[in-house]
Amino acid sequence: MGIEVNGKTLEVDEEGYLADLSTWEPGVATVMAKAEGQELGDDHWEIINFLREYYEEYQIAPAIRVLTKAIGKKLGKDKGNSKYLYELFPYGPAKQACKYAGLPKPTGCV
Amino acid sequence: MNNGGPFIAKPAHNEPLGYPGELIDGWEDVAVAKLGDLASKYRSLQVFLDSCVKCGACTDKCHYFQGTHDPKNMPVGRQDLLRKVYRRYYTFAGKYFPKLVGAVDMTKEVLDDWYTYYHQCSQCRRCSVFCPYGIDTAEISMAAREIMDTVGLGSKYNNEIIVKAQTIGNNLGLPEPALVDTLGGLEEDLLDDTGLEIKVPVDVHGADVLLVTPSADFFAEPHIDGLMGYAKVFHAAGISWTLSSYASEAANFSMFIGSYANMKKQAERIRKAALELGVKRLVVGECGHAWRVAYSFWNTLAGPFDFLDPNYPVPQHIVEFTHQLHTAGAIKFDKERNDGKVLTFHDSCNVSRASRMGDKPGGQYRLPRDLLRASCNNFVDMPRETIFESTYCCGGGGGLLTDDLMEVRVKGALPRMEALNHVIQENGVTHMAAICAICKTQFAKVLPYYGMGMDQIISLHQVVGDALVLGTPNQ
Repeated sequence: MGIEVNGKTLEVDEEGYLADLSTWEPGVATVMAKAEGQELGDDHWEIINFLREYYEEYQIAPAIRVLTKAIGKKLGKDKGNSKYLYELFPYGPAKQACKYAGLPKPTGCV
Repeated sequence: MNNGGPFIAKPAHNEPLGYPGELIDGWEDVAVAKLGDLASKYRSLQVFLDSCVKCGACTDKCHYFQGTHDPKNMPVGRQDLLRKVYRRYYTFAGKYFPKLVGAVDMTKEVLDDWYTYYHQCSQCRRCSVFCPYGIDTAEISMAAREIMDTVGLGSKYNNEIIVKAQTIGNNLGLPEPALVDTLGGLEEDLLDDTGLEIKVPVDVHGADVLLVTPSADFFAEPHIDGLMGYAKVFHAAGISWTLSSYASEAANFSMFIGSYANMKKQAERIRKAALELGVKRLVVGECGHAWRVAYSFWNTLAGPFDFLDPNYPVPQHIVEFTHQLHTAGAIKFDKERNDGKVLTFHDSCNVSRASRMGDKPGGQYRLPRDLLRASCNNFVDMPRETIFESTYCCGGGGGLLTDDLMEVRVKGALPRMEALNHVIQENGVTHMAAICAICKTQFAKVLPYYGMGMDQIISLHQVVGDALVLGTPNQ
C-alpha cells in the first residue's frame, strides 16, 4: 500500500500510517488529511509540528495530557484541552494527528 | 460476524516470540499435533472439549452473540470450531465415523473460521458461569490462538504489543526518558491542583512499594487521573513507593494468546525489578487481566516472592491497598467533593471471574464498591444480572482492543451499554467507574456510538483521589 506525495509513492501500513518515518514531508500530512476530507490550517500544523518535535526527542508520541499541556502553554489555556484537539482531529489526536505527523500508531490499551 | 479477523502479525511481531514469521508449509499437521499436545498437557482443556452435552445454557450468554446474532458467537458454537477438529483426530468416533459426530478435517476454511471467531471472544468467561459443566471458553480460545501462533498465524495487535513489552518494558513502547518526562508533568499538575508536592516516583531504590500498573495509566484518558489518584493515596498514607522503568507494565498480553512461555518472560521482569529496587511490597494498578496474571500466575511463573514482606498480600491490588488504609483509618475521605456525580461501577471480567481480592469470598465485588461508597454520596449498581459474577465484558477485552475490530467492539458493548443506560434513565447516573485499562479505553471509544459521552467513564482511583483528604498546602 502507498500514498502519492509530490510525485513519490510512500509506503503506508494497513491502517494508513507511514511505514518509514524518515520519508515524511509536510505533503504527507496534507495528502492524508485530504483523503479524510480535511483541510489543514495553522492550528493543525501547530499540533503536527509539536508531535514531530516530541517524537524526535523521546521516540514516542506524547500522552494526551502532555500534548494538551504543551499546547495550553503555547496557545493559551482555552486551547489546552482535549476538546480543542478533538475539534481539530475528530478521529482522536493520538491516532489522527500522529498519523499525519508520520509517527507510528500508539499501541496498547489506549 | 464474518469480518475475516484482525490484521495478521508480520514476521517482526512473531519471530521474537518464538513463532514462525508467517503461515508455514504443512501447517495442518503442525496445528493438529499442537492441539493434541495442549489437550494432553492441560487436562482442563481436554475435559472442556470432551464434556459438552449441547444443553444450550450458554447460547445467549455471550455479549458478542447478543450484539451480532451470529451462531458462531454462541459459546458452544465457538467451542465447536476447535472441538470438531479435536474429535476428528483425537476421539475414536471421530477417527472412524467423522460425519456421525460432526468431526472435520483441519482445513484452511476451518483455520479462517478460527482466526475470525477466536478473535471475537474476549475470554471474559461469562458463559462458563452458566455452563452446568463449567466449560471455560476462554481456555479454548487461548488454546486456539496458541495453535495459530505456532503455525505462524498471529494477530498483529497482540503480538506487536508483546514484543514491545519484552523489549522496551511496556505495551506502549514508552522509553524511560519519555516516562520520566510524563511523570514529571503529572507532578506539576498535582502541585497545581492541590498545592502539595505529591510525587509520582520512578526507579527509587529502597521504596516500600513497587507499583506495577498498565502503561495506559501513563498515557491515556481517563486512566491518567487514576494514576494521580494512586499517587494521592500513597502521599496521604505516607508510604514510600516507586514505579519501575524496566517493568513499566502490569498488562501481560501473552495470556490472551495462551502462551505461558511469553507470559513468564514478562512476569520475570517484574520480579527482577522488585529485587533490584529492594522493595518490600508489590501492588498492582487498575488492570483487569493483569490482576488475573498477578493473582493466579505470578507465583508459578516467577515465584516464590519470599523476599517480600509476608504481612501483606503478595501481590496486592491497589483497591485492596487503599481499602486497607481506609479501614485502618490511615486515610480519610470528604464524600461531598463528589456530590456532582452519581456513580455506578463496572466489574471487569478478569477481576470478577478469575481472581479475588481481600480475605473473604466476593472481595473483588465488595472492596471497590466499599471504596466508592466511602468516597461519594451517590452510588447505584446496574441490574444484578449484569454485575458481580455475571458482569458483561466491555467488549474490548482479551486482545480485541484494536481499531480493525471496531465493529465487533461496538456490537459487543451492547449489553453493558443497555445496563448503563438503564441506570442513567432510572437513577440519573452520570459516571461509570472501572478498574481496568482496557475497559476504560473501550468505553471512552464506544460510549459515543450509544449516545453517551466519552467522559462518562472514569477511573475508580480518580473518584477516590478527588475525595481524599490531603494535608494543608504550605503557603
